Amino acid sequence: MNKPSGTAKLSVKDATKFYDTNSGPLHALDKTSLEIADGEFACVVGPSGCGKTTLLWSVAGLHSLTSGEVSLDGEAVTGPHPQIGMVFQEANLLPWRSLIKNIEFPFEIKRENPDRVHINKLIDRVGLGGFENKYPRELSGGMQQRAAIVRALSFNPSVLLMDEPFGALDAFTRDEMNLLVEEIWLETRKTILFITHNITEAVFLSDRVFVMSSRPGRIAKVFDIPFSRPRTLDLLATKEVFDLVNEIKAEIEHSPSPSQNAGGKPARAPLNEEAGADG
Amino acid sequence: MVDKHLGDKIPEFSKNEAGNQSVGLTNLSAFASGPGIRSIGEVLAIISVAVIIIGGAEFAIRTMEIPQYVMPPPSAIVTALFTDFEFIGPHLGYTLVELFAGYFVGASIGLVLAAVITQFPFAEKIVAPYILMLVTTPMLALVPLLILRFGFGYEPRIIAVALASGPMVMINAATGFRRVDLAKIALARSFGASTFQIFLKIRVPMALPMIIVGLMIGAIFGLLTAVGAEMVGGGFGLGNRLTTFSATLQMPQFFAVILILSILGILIYVFFFLVGKKWASWES
Repeated sequence: MNKPSGTAKLSVKDATKFYDTNSGPLHALDKTSLEIADGEFACVVGPSGCGKTTLLWSVAGLHSLTSGEVSLDGEAVTGPHPQIGMVFQEANLLPWRSLIKNIEFPFEIKRENPDRVHINKLIDRVGLGGFENKYPRELSGGMQQRAAIVRALSFNPSVLLMDEPFGALDAFTRDEMNLLVEEIWLETRKTILFITHNITEAVFLSDRVFVMSSRPGRIAKVFDIPFSRPRTLDLLATKEVFDLVNEIKAEIEHSPSPSQNAGGKPARAPLNEEAGADG
Repeated sequence: MVDKHLGDKIPEFSKNEAGNQSVGLTNLSAFASGPGIRSIGEVLAIISVAVIIIGGAEFAIRTMEIPQYVMPPPSAIVTALFTDFEFIGPHLGYTLVELFAGYFVGASIGLVLAAVITQFPFAEKIVAPYILMLVTTPMLALVPLLILRFGFGYEPRIIAVALASGPMVMINAATGFRRVDLAKIALARSFGASTFQIFLKIRVPMALPMIIVGLMIGAIFGLLTAVGAEMVGGGFGLGNRLTTFSATLQMPQFFAVILILSILGILIYVFFFLVGKKWASWES
């Protein structure tokens, strides 16, 4: 048990990832580094296929990095970690299980008794009370994603990774979910790494926004988001947010390719759409 | 420890990869669009159509004085079924023994092979042509050979049933096991699931709709093969009754056996329809 070397709860150091594809190696991540403090809400934004999901999967220990290191509390993350909960794109509930069975799924895998009190509290908190025995297909997209959040929080991890969780939702539901996530974060103070391609969402939610350049992905710039908490949807109508969103947008559009930046030979794989790592 | 299925895959979750392919006849929509009776009116309509068809056949056969050795009237068939059941009943038992024994062996082997082989894509490529051969070759053709080797008892028939139903179960179950949903595997993996847990809690449920379809098709092929094998040789079983009754021109008894066989087929379908409704209804 090493003591954390720095103050970072979660740190990614020089993460590089190549995928083997039929058309040769695909350079998805290029020496990406970031550090997130305990209890911080951080967002990663970037264009489609820039390696955001690859970064998140690596942090979650779902696949290995070609080189580089992910560490949690100063210890290397080499596989799925009990302190990390993950919320996937499009809820990713198991359609053959009822809502409550989906939420208790992590406990089943870990061969533990589900913490019913905690789970019921969470279910009520996100407004899913009374829907426990419904099946995913009977629930709206927003409700499915609420269930996915409860599932990720059910075993009380200290870090929550969210992979474009609201990308498939309509704008109104998305706003609602963003408010809910902020509230939950304020209540629990989990360390959250949230991935999105919606800049407004990123600005609304986070303390810091990491901007990723397109493939191979790399952190191009970090923005501090100064607005006080709790934030309301009115904030989104202010000039400050508008300017910040535009500034981030400009950064994404004009960020030079890191491979050119580095002066080395371009390590970029053919930009083929199907290989996009962000669906 | 990184999961071997996630290992080096690009995390993309395209819809068609999640196994939404339709598989024609073997698709589960056959279950979804199955019977669902809504009102008394519908029940009455169904009954009256049945009465018209059966009554019409009875009436037509009697008024046109069609000889019984060509086509007995429905009433004669039903009468024969009851009066001669003591001669047919035991043979139903023999056929069911062959069917259950052969199907149990064939379906078990088919399921296990499907589960194992889909885990090793290379092995699957090697085995695929042989499986295809087993599926497409009518196993009835082997029955004379099996009789030569095993005699006129149960063995050749049970083996034929197993050979007919096993590959059907296997090929459908393999289609099910091949449906890899990367996102769902990643989900289980993120909670620390082992490869075996992923198999049990993700792959098997995902494959279940196709497994049930395979079990149904396998059971029906098993029934066909059992009856066919009985017709080829041996002195017992419903198939043997068919050859005997037709040779002796006992047509009401012959059709009574046919009636029993259709009821068996329908029971198989209804059974798996209910199983599918219970365990695989999430699919539709």
